[in-house]
Amino acid sequence: MSEPAIGTLSRPAVERGFRLQWEPAQNAHVLLYPEGMIKLNGSAGEILKRCDGAATIADITSDLERAFAATNLSGDVIRFVTMAVEKKWLRIVP
Amino acid sequence: MVADSPVNAPMSKPGPPLWLLLELTYRCPLHCAFCYNPTDFARTGAELATDDWIRVLREARALGAVQLGLSGGEPLARDDLEPIVAEAHRLGFYTNLITSGVGLNEKRLEALKKSGLDHIQLSFQDSTRQMNDFLSSTRTFDLKSKVAALIKQYDYPMVLNVVLHRLNIDHVEEILEMALRLGADYVELANTQYYGWAWHNREQLLPSRDQVERAERIMQRFRERVGRKMQIYFVVPDYFERRPKACMNGLGSIFLTITPDGTALPCHAARMLPGLEFPNVKSAGIEQIWYGSTGFNHFRGDAWMKEPCRSCPEKTRDFGGCRCQAYLLTGDAANADPVCDLSPHHHLVTEAVARAERPAPAAAAPAPVERPLVFRSERNSSTLFVK
Repeated sequence: MSEPAIGTLSRPAVERGFRLQWEPAQNAHVLLYPEGMIKLNGSAGEILKRCDGAATIADITSDLERAFAATNLSGDVIRFVTMAVEKKWLRIVP
Repeated sequence: MVADSPVNAPMSKPGPPLWLLLELTYRCPLHCAFCYNPTDFARTGAELATDDWIRVLREARALGAVQLGLSGGEPLARDDLEPIVAEAHRLGFYTNLITSGVGLNEKRLEALKKSGLDHIQLSFQDSTRQMNDFLSSTRTFDLKSKVAALIKQYDYPMVLNVVLHRLNIDHVEEILEMALRLGADYVELANTQYYGWAWHNREQLLPSRDQVERAERIMQRFRERVGRKMQIYFVVPDYFERRPKACMNGLGSIFLTITPDGTALPCHAARMLPGLEFPNVKSAGIEQIWYGSTGFNHFRGDAWMKEPCRSCPEKTRDFGGCRCQAYLLTGDAANADPVCDLSPHHHLVTEAVARAERPAPAAAAPAPVERPLVFRSERNSSTLFVK
């Protein structure tokens, strides 16, 4: 059980079997998985929709900082991605 | 696993039917003695046509439904499964096929994959050919093993569901080893819930407490051994609990089932509940059914509750348990689920559990049983249950 450490160069992608989509009925992004659904808050949705397996955490962070005129989001993004990998919502593309 | 959903709509204003289950047909090549389908399914009217199912999908999706279960019977018995999946996918449903695997050849799986099928849950009755075939009253084990390999080949997560009961629960270790060999990503060990055929066969299917505890220990050890490679869910048998399950997250909260003939139900077993109107999708729209029928409104909120539920602080957590179980065991669907040890009818559960304390059957030797299991079949349904 040696999971690679998650850092700014990691490239996260939504895990196989999960699907992220915008739900107008709930006015939120949701993550769908077999027989279940996670309703995401605004920042979780914004991070997850950028996890395409190509962008690194550094790319995602700078994109978010640009989109929301924010700074120093790197720690938040890494913490969220780490949690989401632990929950198997995301995987790190090798 | 609906209970995993963190969505908990306020009861005063019902949320959308997030989870839509289409029971496309009651036809099934298996004859499982623990099936939750109604024992009188043989009297069910004609199956809906493709266009009716498509309309149901569109209307439910427009209300906000996101999860779609395609079940039965055996959904592969419908030759229009592929266009139904394709439309569901186009609409944005997450599509789950709940199947015995019988009828799933490479041609159909390829077509389903192309149609956008997201997920397949394959049922196994046991780890051994003998028990699998006995319990489903068929010879399907080898076929299912092939289907499992096919599912992997088409890059689906391999999700196995094994219904546990007195006659196979002692094989939990072998079942988990088999799952590991097949490359399963998820294994659901679902202890039998006693509705339909399982209710009729309850005395033969209910395990002893020792059996359940042993199975849980083995499962825990296995879980620690394999780690994340294979996730194991153990659905606790509620007869051995002291609090009821939050069945369907409360009737009319998130779950909508459509039976093969188009009857809309707030759970797959609810047709048995007396005095309620369960409209048919052929004569009513999904919005009207979900928000405007007694079948869906009656058990929303807590106005229907009796004591001890009504004044119980836990009512917001478990909603009084399962209405069908309350009805089956006590004759009144508004009573507390007798699984709850606060229920004055709890003894009905503990007595059934006490009767199950007789010696367990020897492994892999199902016979002799005290009385014969009644297998789910068209003939048994017609001759034994349709009056």
